[in-house]
Amino acid sequence: METTVAQIQVIPLQYYIIFCSALFSIGVIGVLAKRNALVIFMSVELMLNSANLLLAAFSAYRNDPAGQIFVFFIMVVAAAEVAIGLALLVVVYRSTKTIDINALNRLKW
Amino acid sequence: MSELVTRNYSLVTEYMELISILLLVFPLLGFLAIGLFQKQMNRSFSGILASSVIFINLILAAILFNFVSSSNQTVETQLFDWIKFGDISIPMSLTVDRLSALMMLIVNGVGLLIHIYSIGYMKEDEGVNRFFAYMNLFVFFMLTLVLSSNYLMLFIGWEGVGLSSYLLIGFWFKDHVNNDAAKKAFIMNRIGDLGFLLGIFLLYSTFKTLSISEIAAKASLMPSGDLTLTAITLCLFIGAMGKSAQIPLFTWLPDAMAGPTPVSALIHAATMVTAGIYLIARSSVLFVLSPVTMNIILVIGAATAIVGGIIAIYQNDIKKVLAYSTVSQLGFMFMALGLGSFSGAMFHLTTHAFFKALLFLSAGSVIHALGNEQDIRKMGGLRKKIPFTFALFIIGTIAISGIPPFAGFFSKELILSAAYEHGTGMGILATAISLLTTLYMFRLLFVVFYKPESKEIKANHHIHESPKVMLYPMAILAILSVVAGFVQMPKLFSETQGFDTFLSPVFAKASGLATVSGQALSVQTEWLTLIIPISIIFVLIFLSYKRFVNNKELAVQTGIQHVFANKFYFDEIYDFFLVKPLAFISNVFRGLLDQTIINGFVNAVGNGTLFVGKRLRRLQTGNVGLYLIFMVFSIIAILFFNIIL
Repeated sequence: METTVAQIQVIPLQYYIIFCSALFSIGVIGVLAKRNALVIFMSVELMLNSANLLLAAFSAYRNDPAGQIFVFFIMVVAAAEVAIGLALLVVVYRSTKTIDINALNRLKW
Repeated sequence: MSELVTRNYSLVTEYMELISILLLVFPLLGFLAIGLFQKQMNRSFSGILASSVIFINLILAAILFNFVSSSNQTVETQLFDWIKFGDISIPMSLTVDRLSALMMLIVNGVGLLIHIYSIGYMKEDEGVNRFFAYMNLFVFFMLTLVLSSNYLMLFIGWEGVGLSSYLLIGFWFKDHVNNDAAKKAFIMNRIGDLGFLLGIFLLYSTFKTLSISEIAAKASLMPSGDLTLTAITLCLFIGAMGKSAQIPLFTWLPDAMAGPTPVSALIHAATMVTAGIYLIARSSVLFVLSPVTMNIILVIGAATAIVGGIIAIYQNDIKKVLAYSTVSQLGFMFMALGLGSFSGAMFHLTTHAFFKALLFLSAGSVIHALGNEQDIRKMGGLRKKIPFTFALFIIGTIAISGIPPFAGFFSKELILSAAYEHGTGMGILATAISLLTTLYMFRLLFVVFYKPESKEIKANHHIHESPKVMLYPMAILAILSVVAGFVQMPKLFSETQGFDTFLSPVFAKASGLATVSGQALSVQTEWLTLIIPISIIFVLIFLSYKRFVNNKELAVQTGIQHVFANKFYFDEIYDFFLVKPLAFISNVFRGLLDQTIINGFVNAVGNGTLFVGKRLRRLQTGNVGLYLIFMVFSIIAILFFNIIL
C-alpha cells in the first residue's frame, strides 16, 4: 500500500488533473457527437473513470482513504448502470435492428 | 400468620381482576370467531357457541358479583395507558363495584336467556351466524360500558352498543324500511352522543381527570348548584336522553322494532336503553349537586312516561306497543332519578329487564307462531292455541302492571314512595303514570289472547307453540319476573331493604350530599298509596276486559285519539321543522358551495395543468442527441452559476 501511494506521488498532481480533464472532455464530446448508442455508453464510462482516477489521485496525495472508498462505490453503481443500459440497448436493437439513437426519435409526444 | 392472610387476600383480588378482564375477552373472542368464520361455520353451531360464551361470562359475572357483595370492596383493574401526552393521562381500566356488578349480571343473565331463545327464533334465517356475531359484539360493548372506570372508555362502550344496535336493527337489510330505521336510531343517538361528548370535555376541563371515582371525590367538595356542574350534568343527560329514548329523542326506539324480536328484547328493552339510567346513577354525585338538572330530568322523565304510555294504548303493532311501553317505563326510571332515588331507578331497571324481556320474547313467540304477523287486529283467541306463551305473557303483563306480589309491584312501589316523599302531587302523578301501564298492557293481552278469533286466525292452520329452546328461557325470565321483587319489600312489610342496602355503598356519597331530604311517610299514607293504585288497577283491568274482549273490531279512532295513534305527530313535526329545512339548506350548499365553488376550483386546477402540459410537451422532440446537449449545457450552467454566485 505504501509503495502504491509512493508510486502515485511520483507523478505530480497537476498531471493527473490535466489528464483527467482531457479524458472527461473526450467523454463529453463523445456523448454529444456520436450517434451510436454503444459508443455513447463507452464515453459515459470514460467520464466516470476520469472522475474515479482523479478521486484516487487526490486521495493518495492527501493521505485520506475516503476518496478511494468512494471510487469503489462509483464502480459498483457504474456496473449496475451498465447492466441496465446494455439491456435497454439489446431491446432497442431487437425492435429497430439498429443502435443509432436517431432511431428513437419516435419516442416523443 | 397475618402475612399469609394478606398474601391470600391479594391473590383473591388478583383473580378477580383477571376475571373482570376475561369478561370482556370472551364475548370479543366469540364475536371474532363467529364473525370471521361465518361463511364456514355450521348454522346450528354459531348459536351454541355464542350462548356458551355468554354462559361462561355469566358464571364469571356471578363470581365477581359474589365477591363484590360479600367483601364490600371494588375491584380495580388497570389494563394499559391509553392516552398519555402532556399532563393528560387516560388509562384503560375496569372497575367492578356493586352497581357495575349488578348491571353485569343483568347483561349476561338476560343476554344468555335471549341468546338461547334466538337459537330457536333465528333457526330458519340465512344470516344466523352474522346475527350471533353481532349479539356477542353487543355484549362485549355493553360490558365495556358497564365496567369502565372512566368516562372516555364508557363512551367507547356507549358508541359500541350504538353500533351493534344499528347493525341489528338493520339486520334484515334487504328491506329498505329496516335500513331507514337503523339509520334513524343511529342519527338520533348521535345527537345525544354529542351532548355526552361535550359533557366529557367539560368534565376534563373542570376536574383535569376523567376517572369516575376521582371526579366524584372532587365534585363532592363543590357547592350545590354550581354552574359548571349544572352544565356538565345537562350535557350528560342529553346523552342519556338519546340512548334511553327520552323526549325529544325517543322516536328512534319504536322504529328500532324493525330488528329481529330477540334484539328488541335484549338491546331495546333490557340492556342498552338502560345505559342512560346507568350513566346518571354512576354520576350520582354530580347530579345530586345540580338540583336544576334533577328537576329537568324529573320533568322530562314524567313527560316521556305519560306520552309513551298514551301512545302505547293506541298502537296496533304488538312490538310497537311494547316499544312505547319501554319508552314509558324508561321515563318512569328517569323520574326516579330526578327524585333522587337512584336505587329505585336501578331496582326498576332490574325488574324491568326481566319482565320486558319476557314480554318481548313472548311477543316474539306469538309472531313466530303466526308466521311473522305483528298486527294485533289480526290476532285474538290465541290463549287456547299457544297456551304456554299465553301463560308466560300473562305473567309478564301482571309483573309490569305492578300487581303484587310480582316484581314490578316492588320496584314501582319504591319509586312511588320516593315520589310521595317528594310531595303528594308528585306521588299522584307517578301513580297515574304507573296506571297507564295497566291500560296498554291489558289491552294488548285481551286483544291478542282473549278477543274472539279474527278471520286471519281462523284461516291460519299452521299456528303452533314455539319449540322448547324458546320456551325455557322465557320460563326462567317468568320465574325471575315473579321472584325478583322480593329482594326489596316495601317498608311496611319488612325491615330489611335488600336492594337499597346492596347499592348503598355506591350511592353513599350522593345521598350524603342530597339537599332535600323527603318527609318520611306515615303508616296510613303508605297503606293508602299501596291499596288505592292496586284497586284502580283491578277496575281498569275489568273495564278493558269489557271493552276489548267483546269488541270485535278495535274501536274507530276519533278526534284526539288520532293524535295519540299517530304518536302525537312527533315524527311529522321533526320532519317539518328539522329534516325539511336541513335538507333544503343542504341542497343549497350542494349546489352553490360544493358544485360551483369547490368543484369549480378543482376542475380549474385540472384544466390548467392540461393546458400547460399541452404546450410544454413540444420540448420532448424524441431526438436523443438534443436531450444530451440540453443535459450537458444545463450541468455546465448550474456549475457556472454555483461558482459565481
